[in-house]
Parts: sequence; C-alpha cells; structure tokens
Amino acid sequence: MGQKHQTPLLDELEKGAFPSFVKEIKRAAEHSEYAQDLLGQLELSYKEKVTHWKHGGIVGVRGYGAGVIGRYSDVPDKFPGVAHFHTIRVNQPAGFFYTSAALREICDIWDKYGSGLTNMHGSTGDIILLGTRTENLEPVFAELSSRGWDLGGSGSAVRTPSCCVGPGRCEWACYDTLELTYQITQRFQDELHRPMFPYKFKFKMAGCAVDCIASIARADMSIIGTWKDDIQIDQDEVRNYANSGMDIQAEIVDMCPTGCMSWDGNELTINNEDCNRCMHCIAKMTKALRPGKERGATILLGSKAPIVTGALMSWVIVPFMKMEPPYEELYDLVERIWEFWDEHGKNRERIGELIERMGFPTFIKEVGLEPHPVMVKEPRRDPFFFWSEEDIEK
Amino acid sequence: MICPLIISERGVYMDKEELKKIIYEMVEKSMGKKKLKQSDILKKVSAEHGVDKSEVKAALRELLDSGQLIFTYFGGSYVEIPPKE
Ligand code: HEM
Ligand code: HEM
Ligand code: SF4
Ligand code: SF4
Repeated sequence: MGQKHQTPLLDELEKGAFPSFVKEIKRAAEHSEYAQDLLGQLELSYKEKVTHWKHGGIVGVRGYGAGVIGRYSDVPDKFPGVAHFHTIRVNQPAGFFYTSAALREICDIWDKYGSGLTNMHGSTGDIILLGTRTENLEPVFAELSSRGWDLGGSGSAVRTPSCCVGPGRCEWACYDTLELTYQITQRFQDELHRPMFPYKFKFKMAGCAVDCIASIARADMSIIGTWKDDIQIDQDEVRNYANSGMDIQAEIVDMCPTGCMSWDGNELTINNEDCNRCMHCIAKMTKALRPGKERGATILLGSKAPIVTGALMSWVIVPFMKMEPPYEELYDLVERIWEFWDEHGKNRERIGELIERMGFPTFIKEVGLEPHPVMVKEPRRDPFFFWSEEDIEK
Repeated sequence: MICPLIISERGVYMDKEELKKIIYEMVEKSMGKKKLKQSDILKKVSAEHGVDKSEVKAALRELLDSGQLIFTYFGGSYVEIPPKE
C-alpha cells in the first residue's frame, strides 16, 4: 500500500533524534486503511489547527458502560478509514508484566479487528487499542474475553487500578503492590465496568515514597508504602560509601527534608521519630539503608488534573494501615468514602473537589476518620483542626 | 416476627420484574429531558418505593445486561434507552 495522503507537516515530526509517532503510524499504514486515513486527517488538523474528532455518544459493549471511548471523524467523506475510530481500553496486568506471547496475542487480535495501532500504556495504565469501527466492538470484546483479557474503566467509573513494579522487581516495596492491585481490581469489578459515580475514581499503588507510579498526583486514592519502626542501618556500608567518595554530610544529611540525621564521620544517626519516610537517604545509599521492618501504607486522597477546578495533589487521610490480604479495612474505608461522594457529589465532581467544597472536617466526620496532625494538605497550611459545638465545654 | 414475603431484611420486598418495569419507565420518562445517572436511579427508586439500593441495582443490572437499557457517555456516564435502528 503506497501512502494515500501527502503529509508535509507530519513528515517534519520524523526528523530529529527522538522516536516518532508519525514514523510508527506510517509503518502501520503499510497494511491498515485506518492508519492511512489517520495520517490524512492528522495532516489536515495540523494545517487547519483544529481537531477533526467528535467524541462520546453511544458506543460500548453490552452490559458494560466503560472500556470503550467513542471517536468519530467529522470529515468521514475525506477519510472513510477513520469515520469510526473508537478506542478500547484493556485492563493491563498489575505492574505491567507480560509474556511476549501475551503481547503478540493482543497485537494479533488488534490487527484483525482494529487499526493495529496501540498505546502501551495510556496514562490510566491500560493497554490502549486505538481505532476501530462500531460493528467490531462486540467481536473484539468476545475474542479478548475468551482469551482471558477484560476491558478497563472509563467514564464515571473506577479506572483500571495500576501500580509500580513493587516486590516483582524492587526491594523497597513496603507492601505487595501487585497483589493489592489485582485484588482491588477483582473486588470492584462492578464499579469498574458499570459507571455509578459522579465522576471517575482512580486507585494507584506505590510500594514506597519514591512513588514510581506517580500516585500522589494522579490518583483519587494513592496508597503509598511506608514503615513504622526505624530505618535499618548497616554502619559498615555507610563508612564504605564515605570511603569511596560520597560526601555524607552534603548528599545525605543536609538533604534530609526533616533534618533528622547526623554524621560524625564514623556513625550515621537517624532520629526516626522526626523522619517522614521520604526515601531520599535510602535511595541514595542503597547498600547501607533500608526501610524498617514494620511495613504498611499511607493512604492519601484527592489528586486530580484540572478539569472542573484546578489540579490537586493527594493528601493524607490514614497515616498507616497494614496492607495485607484480605484488605477488609481498606475496602471498608473505600466504601465509606464512596457513600459520602454518592450522597453529596455533584455531576463530574471528583472526590478531592467535593472535600474542598464541603470542608475536610465534614468529610472526616462523615467517613468516620480520626483527626490526626499529619492530615496536612500542603506545607505551610494548617492541619484541618476545627471544633464543633459539641466539643466546646460551656 | 415479620412475614418475609412482605418485608425483606432491608426493606420492602418487591418483585424484580416489577422493579425493572419501574426503572425502565423512569428512564423512558427522562429521555429527551434530564439524563439520569446510575446513582440517580438507585436513589430515586429506593426513596420512592422503599426498596434497598442493592435490589434496585440488581434489577438495573439485568436491564443493562439484556440490552434493554444502555450506558451512554456525554462528559459523564448515563443510563438511557438504546436508539431505534
Ligand atoms: C514584622 C512583623 C511580621 C512579619 C514580617 C511577619 C511575617 C509573616 C510571614 C511571612 C508569614 C507567613 C509564613 C508562611 O506561611 O510561610 C506569617 C505568618 C503568620 N504571622 Fe506574622 N509577621 C509579622 C508579625 C506578626 C505578628 C505581630 C503576629 C501576631 C501577633 C503574627 C502572626 C502570624 C500568624 C498567626 C501567622 C500564620 C502562621 C501559620 O499559620 O503558619 N505575625 N508572618
Ligand atoms: C474582616 C476581617 C478579616 C477578613 C476578611 C479576613 C480574611 C482572611 C482570609 C481570607 C484568610 C486566608 C484564609 C486561607 O487562606 O485559608 C485569613 C487568614 C488569617 N487571618 Fe484573617 N481576616 C480578617 C480578620 C482577621 C483578624 C482580626 C485576625 C487576627 C486578630 C486575623 C487573623 C488571621 C490569621 C492568623 C490567618 C491565617 C490563618 C491560617 O494560616 O490558617 N484575621 N484571614
Ligand atoms: S515506588 Fe518504591 S517500591 Fe515501587 S518500584 Fe518505585 S522505588 Fe520500588
Ligand atoms: S527517609 Fe527522608 S526524612 Fe527520613 S531520614 Fe531519610 S532523608 Fe530524612
């Protein structure tokens, strides 16, 4: 198949040192009419500086209200190959671990029913299959599910939970992010496939404060590994770092955000009571320091990108929770939070926005959380302490 | 003791088919006016008929699984009657 449309503007994007999506779409266009016309429509958009996609509407697979995102061209006569160009979200495995056979299977299915173009992975974490026609949705879903795949979340539903590689590859994981992600996905199947909330709800699981999944900025509920007891120190290894040229004072002690470390040239001392478990020192001196042994997670709530109102970061609602199966304490909390949201949330209002609107004291009272000094929304803002009528002795 | 035929553990007992009819009619009436979300339906039916939300949800689920009702997406997710071909 020769190239159907001339694309001088897109061609510019193939130049330079970086990988190019244009190059990839052109490769797909060698055997896909979708990709051919995608190039054409994209070139037109670049020329006119407007999008030619229409979105939303009535596409999906029976029984599910999530997982398919409708896209149509508004110039279908010019580009019939992308007249329908729906996206399918496929639930990725926890931690993004695949066999190469699984990846081939996904690609083969997608060559058969869609454009062959994928995005591994979308910002939600899902495998994104880009571009197919309405009449292909049921067949591709049937084929995917017969091989053990399922669709992910979209719309006003739980979004496909995702996590860092956790204990699969990382020795800092303070809980099993892979297991929790799998279990949350199973537990909330209904909420994932059948939208029932005011808006989306994302779970992201990070094994420690390094937060490789960026949960603190991207999840309505961020579950971040931490520990309660003391950082484990191997003083010989600390001295090894010093002897091999590390400036422990400048690189470790002076960089500690809580100023809770000291170094006398021979021993490293940590005042664990003041340490906020930021992971800086541990990530710098991997051989000398490790997280403590009494491990669990901090639960934070509320981050989101700007849509209805501005961006928010998650803040702490539970300082420490053991994160071990069967996770009932966590599920129970999640359900109470959803009830609060269901009761008071306006259409398209995220949980973080709702809390901003109703006030944190109302939230913790209705959800049944104990106020705690670490529930700080951001540095230099007071913790959310308020007194109600009943608290005041007259 | 309360007769189990009249009162279920959580509220008034209602036949599932009857519930499905009530839900379908509610969605039908809303068409072309204010779109209903799943949670609107659960709240409304539960409040108006004294049935527990989980029962309304189970009935709604059957309507969605059978294709009599569908989910749509217009900035948020709604429950609607599928368009006639
Ligand atoms: C020359 C005089 C003063 C200067 C330059 C000054 C400066 C500041 C600054 C820059 C902050 C903000 C700190 C931050 O959020 O990072 C602050 C906060 C504050 N100041 Fe002052 N201040 C002065 C006098 C006073 C006086 C006389 C009082 C009370 C009688 C006072 C009470 C406060 C309070 C309550 C806060 C809020 C602290 C917080 O909630 O974190 N200040 N001041
Ligand atoms: C009409 C009078 C006043 C108005 C309209 C007013 C308004 C405000 C506003 C908008 C804030 C910022 C709140 C926030 O960012 O969360 C604030 C903070 C503050 N105001 Fe006032 N204020 C008034 C009078 C006073 C008086 C008389 C005092 C003390 C004697 C006072 C002490 C403070 C303090 C300490 C803060 C900082 C609180 C914090 O950091 O959490 N204000 N005020
Ligand atoms: S977030 Fe922490 S535990 Fe997870 S992969 Fe990154 S460093 Fe390891
Ligand atoms: S984890 Fe962070 S706060 Fe704790 S001692 Fe290390 S650098 Fe300091």
